[in-house]
Amino acid sequence: MSTTHPTEPHVPELHGHGDTHGHGTRRGYLTGFLLSVILTAIPFWLVMTETLSSTPATAVAIFGCAFVQIVVHVVYFLHLDTRSEGGWTLIAFIFTVVIVGITIGGSIWVMYHLNTNMMPMMPLAGSR
Amino acid sequence: MTAQATNAAEGARTYHLAEGEDHDHAGGNGATLLGFWIYLMSDALIFAALFATFGVLNSSYAGGPVPRELFELPLVALNTALLLTSSITFGFGMLEMEAGRVSGTRSWLLVTALFGAAFLGVEIYEFSSLIAEGATPQRSAFLSAFFTLVGTHGMHVFFGLIWIGTLLVQIGQRGLGLENKRRLMCLSMFWHFLDIIWIGVFTFVYLFGVLR
Repeated sequence: MSTTHPTEPHVPELHGHGDTHGHGTRRGYLTGFLLSVILTAIPFWLVMTETLSSTPATAVAIFGCAFVQIVVHVVYFLHLDTRSEGGWTLIAFIFTVVIVGITIGGSIWVMYHLNTNMMPMMPLAGSR
Repeated sequence: MTAQATNAAEGARTYHLAEGEDHDHAGGNGATLLGFWIYLMSDALIFAALFATFGVLNSSYAGGPVPRELFELPLVALNTALLLTSSITFGFGMLEMEAGRVSGTRSWLLVTALFGAAFLGVEIYEFSSLIAEGATPQRSAFLSAFFTLVGTHGMHVFFGLIWIGTLLVQIGQRGLGLENKRRLMCLSMFWHFLDIIWIGVFTFVYLFGVLR
């Protein structure tokens, strides 16, 4: 730090610091918004008009759109990058994504198998 | 550090103060934003648990109404549009904040709050019409999980609105100081985070629910 002008490095330092968080630009926000509108319109259109006759295909398409839109929001609106806070925000985010994936995916997977394995027992026990 | 030591030895207090303040702001700001980010991540884990619950229970209708009968997609599309628009208006508010324009920041914040309030209004209308149809949280496990997940998101939006209101007053009184900028940055992250959760809600709960 400067020893001669104590207040001068104050401003550039703060400004530089603010920049590392990345507040985005008007262009960035508009790009993110445009992509989001498209990625929201596609799944609603697919489900409301039933364009794809195959239900699994539609499901894959809407979840694909949601995934891409989440990435778009995180990049363009939350400004997540590899540099901010020395990469700690990214590390925390990746950790969270893993835990969220295990929680949601794992729960549905386990309970689905539990249901399919347990369900046939119920009518059998009831009817005979 | 060496400069600080030298200045301290010379008894130049302002140098010391400026150095300390500078360090405090840089460190404090970054620490607050990182801390808030960690909070958002933990909030995401709460929602993960609620999504998992909903995912497990989303076909436990107990002979009650099914998503296809309950959900009105045009209403959901309207809500999605409202929340998405509120995200970009908040973004514009942040750009105004960066430029140091108090009135611009407050105007965009107000617009954001109006979109957020409209979102909440539509959601309350949806909930009340569901309950009027007899699709209450007590009706089936599916509906319990639905109201818990979507309601928790709605509560977040509600508290976000209170936060926006608070900052509107704060900025009006004290302008765009460092503290208010930091608060705005946290609120901005919170608001965009809620929009991300909503992407999961409209896809998993509404669209996938109607599709199945």
